[in-house]
Amino acid sequence: MTFFKLGDDIADTRAPDVPIEQRWDKRRFDAKLVNPANRRRHSVIIVGTGLAGGAAGATLAEQGYHVIQFCYQDSPRRAHSIAAQGGINAAKNYRNDGDSVYRLFYDTVKGGDFRARESNVYRLAQTSTQIIDQCVAQGVPFAREYSGLLDTRSFGGVQVARTFYARGQTGQQLLIGAYQALSRQIDAGNVEMHERTEMLDLIVVDGRARGIVARDLVTGQISTYLADAVVLATGGYGNVFYLSTNAKNSNASAIWRAHRRGAYFANPCYTQIHPTCIPRSGEYQSKLTLMSESLRNDGRIWVPKKAGDTRSPDQIPEEERDYYLERIYPGFGNLVPRDIASRAAKNQCDLGRGVGPGGLGVYLDFADAIRRLGEDKVREKYGNLFEMYDRITGEDPYKVPMRIYPAVHYTMGGLWVDYDLQSTIPGCFVVGEANFSDHGANRLGASALMQGLADGYFVLPPMLGNYIASSKFDKVTEAHPDVVETVNEATGRLTKLLSINGERTVDSFHRELGEIMWDECGMARSEDGLRKALGRLPELREEFWRSVKVPGTGSQVNQSLERANRVSDFLELGELMCVDALHREESCGGHFRVESQTPDGEARRDDERFAYAGAWEFGGTGEQPILHKEPLNFDYVHLAQRNYA
Amino acid sequence: MAVTTPTRPAPAARPARPARSSFAPLNFWRSTIGKKTVMAVTGLLMLAFLLAHMLGNLKIFYGRDDFDHYADWLRTIGEPVLHGAWYLWIQRFVLTLAVVLHAVSAYQLSRRDLKARPAKYAHKQRAKAGYAVHVMRYGGITLALFIIYHILDFTSLTLNRHGVEGAAYDNVVSSFSVWWVTAIYILAMIFLGLHIQHGFWSAAQTLGLNRPSRDRAVHGIATGLAVLLTVGFLIVPVAVLAGLVG
Amino acid sequence: MKLTLRIWRQAGPADSGRMVAYEVPDANPDMSFLELLDVLNERLTLEGDDPVTFDHDCREGICGACGVVINGQAHGPRERTTTCQLHMREFSDGDVIDVEPWRSVAFGVVKDLMVDRSGLDRIIRAGGYVSVNTGSAPEAHATPVPKPIADTAFDNATCIGCGACVAACPNGSAMLFTSAKVTHLNSLPQGAPERSERVLNLVEAMDAEGFGGCTNTGECTNACPKGIPLDSIATLNREYLRASLGRK
Repeated sequence: MTFFKLGDDIADTRAPDVPIEQRWDKRRFDAKLVNPANRRRHSVIIVGTGLAGGAAGATLAEQGYHVIQFCYQDSPRRAHSIAAQGGINAAKNYRNDGDSVYRLFYDTVKGGDFRARESNVYRLAQTSTQIIDQCVAQGVPFAREYSGLLDTRSFGGVQVARTFYARGQTGQQLLIGAYQALSRQIDAGNVEMHERTEMLDLIVVDGRARGIVARDLVTGQISTYLADAVVLATGGYGNVFYLSTNAKNSNASAIWRAHRRGAYFANPCYTQIHPTCIPRSGEYQSKLTLMSESLRNDGRIWVPKKAGDTRSPDQIPEEERDYYLERIYPGFGNLVPRDIASRAAKNQCDLGRGVGPGGLGVYLDFADAIRRLGEDKVREKYGNLFEMYDRITGEDPYKVPMRIYPAVHYTMGGLWVDYDLQSTIPGCFVVGEANFSDHGANRLGASALMQGLADGYFVLPPMLGNYIASSKFDKVTEAHPDVVETVNEATGRLTKLLSINGERTVDSFHRELGEIMWDECGMARSEDGLRKALGRLPELREEFWRSVKVPGTGSQVNQSLERANRVSDFLELGELMCVDALHREESCGGHFRVESQTPDGEARRDDERFAYAGAWEFGGTGEQPILHKEPLNFDYVHLAQRNYA
Repeated sequence: MAVTTPTRPAPAARPARPARSSFAPLNFWRSTIGKKTVMAVTGLLMLAFLLAHMLGNLKIFYGRDDFDHYADWLRTIGEPVLHGAWYLWIQRFVLTLAVVLHAVSAYQLSRRDLKARPAKYAHKQRAKAGYAVHVMRYGGITLALFIIYHILDFTSLTLNRHGVEGAAYDNVVSSFSVWWVTAIYILAMIFLGLHIQHGFWSAAQTLGLNRPSRDRAVHGIATGLAVLLTVGFLIVPVAVLAGLVG
Repeated sequence: MKLTLRIWRQAGPADSGRMVAYEVPDANPDMSFLELLDVLNERLTLEGDDPVTFDHDCREGICGACGVVINGQAHGPRERTTTCQLHMREFSDGDVIDVEPWRSVAFGVVKDLMVDRSGLDRIIRAGGYVSVNTGSAPEAHATPVPKPIADTAFDNATCIGCGACVAACPNGSAMLFTSAKVTHLNSLPQGAPERSERVLNLVEAMDAEGFGGCTNTGECTNACPKGIPLDSIATLNREYLRASLGRK
């Protein structure tokens, strides 16, 4: 049984046909400009205030556009970009260690397992250097050396030190920079900021995005906001899995609503799972916390050789331990890439050798490092991480090995966009993690911050200007039938959610959805499992609409209603993720199909059949989605299989 | 649903920042930090006066003649450049101004502070700051009342039992021979000590003179000054009551 | 473990509000404080009661959304810890725990434990930025910044804007918050040209919001989950004096 229909191929028609180094210059030169005096008359809606949204809002407002911006949090400074720890890549080559724009481009395409569009990735690498300049000028306190110059480090198995960082809080510092730039524009009256306001739907008039329907989360009032273009900067959809490192309220509703209105959703199955997270401790677990993967530089990962061994770790002698990464991958040992480390941990736990509550964890042991380097040295390098671990688990990692387990961390998939970052709905632009563009099937460490800021500060603004300059905008009023219909649909949905008054809470559905997704569409995916999930998910969705219980009313703060609305979208998105995972009968990056592996258990790509981005068109609720393939050409970086053994 | 719900207050309803005056000192006085600075400067001025006052008091141990002579000199400092008691009146004016500015700032800030936290926590807060911090307001009021009493006692001699102008030594002895007068002084000087202990450090903080490297030293000096002044001021009444002076 | 929670319930800004006691018989020492509230809310929902409203998002101590006063202490008993990172092992079986919203006239209660902290954003909007348009930045290495200065700027830039300093201050003062931003930007060469205007504008905005003044009690820094030092307030005072004396 198939779960989808095949549509026509699509292609990006915006990247100019010139050598890759010249494409972005040429595109910007070809782009139409809006007269500065006229910009004030054009309004742009931006949903989300993370790195991409905050940067875009500030920049467009500086250029003179009237920006109407939204975030569901009580302040734009709280977007989840703030939680990124590691750093931000840029091809500055300050170290003179052989880095270049081309090398960053090459590493990103290869790291993405050859499933990203070359034009976009090259532009990302080009833009990266400007980002650092911009952030430093804003007062972002990057780490510095005693010379007063910026410090960099190497990150995520890359051979050059191109990662700029601000202790373990790089995301926070960059976001505060963007937030401050945005605050300046709010104060100047160029940005109309709506906090605690959540987008419910996209308004499409005459085939173009012209506004959104949003709910004021304090009063419950549902309003329409109309503009000349809409930018979605709403982040990823990792919370489909219920437990992830995303913020509790991160959601996919904005991009999913846009998808339902005609925006194609590309590569939804590409999910990055981070190997070093703190395992769940019980049923009540609400989210997972990531610890920097730098821990793997000195920690050794092991499990007991005997399945179901419940002895405490200090009672297990050396010869009864299996340092499985060192055994299976003698070359890289504990430093294998994220996806491989994650999958190996899952395999060990599947064999019953997992440790901790529910057998879902492996040890990350610093005993050797402490013996070799001394406790002080270890404290100096990892003190803050050890403290965080101790705070959450109540265990002292200097004495007891840490327990770690993989967790969903980032979603490479997202709304399909062309070189201009425009979705298949004209006037609807998508930036940051919400789009699918730059990371292919796997994102390299410290590249998410780079992409968010590149999109927001440098790529979107000229392309949005081009769209505005080359379009004619008829006045749309709230009385327009398309607007009225969208408002009615959004309102009707909430009314329905409130009226069901069933016997299951929103969270219980979300948790069940998460379990299905984690088991069948998580680190390792099989045809059987995905088919099973695709059998269960529609049932769960129907059960949700039959028996969810949402207390309270719509005209007040109602966090249950907010969650219910988000979960209803996750239920539909989860299904599409499974369809995408099932159709992609290859393993690549964050997508591992057990049917497609080498004899020694490594991921095996199938470039013959799957060297394309899969862009899905919405086919109707409960109807089959339609697949449009965007063939990927690798003219600069040649296709090669990854090998870390 | 949701159509008839109230909207959030429009941005215009948010507190508007007051227009800035072109007269900078006025802006300064209007701000909380400006008022705190006024308190710090006037506080330090009063502290300097108290140090001199306390040291002068100790002259009482040299006997009646010495002390009365000293008291008389105080009234004529600055002669012959300044005529008669001019200096005294200048000092009185400056000190009164300092007390008034200190008190007005404290009053206005306190009113603002109390208004900023109208609702108390149901669960009482466990304060981590020291006792001295929490008696600043009440201690300050106590000290203000004490100053009035003190002036009526030894300056205008209205309340003094001996009350002979020029006979400072006897005036002092007569007051402190009464146990409850000495008790009032002891209580007031303890409040003064506490006030200085926090006030001195606080003034350094307000004037931006604190640095992490100096913090311990500033705290040490504050405690030292507090002890020095409290003890220094109390030696006299205690000595009188104990019959060592008289 | 069995706990009794006494939680501030307030239907809306106009409602008077009161403390309401709830038993939680099935608390687990490994739960975070917010997970305890989740468990309570699941039960309240099924029983047909209104779940407790509270702000929260990242749940890893960095977004600054969460924050309640627990037994009279902002973010609870553990130092340098946000509410989401506070775990129930800090409490004992049978404890009665009081949970209240941040209190300050500048932070109105929205509902239950959720308050309106937009005043903090308006302080930043008054000048908590460097006025540099996108694209106009010079090369990053054009201006070296001595490491100690970069470190001071960073320490102050770690403020998460949670408002615990205001909640803990007996005067509801936002001095620590404001001082963190002023110290962050005014100590960097990039922030120097707007140094005076920035501090004057921020203090003016802070006062206009109705926050109380600083009486140097130090409660703010004790409550601060990021450990912003009291020294930053001295820096703010110094910068303010300097600017008031007309120096640019």
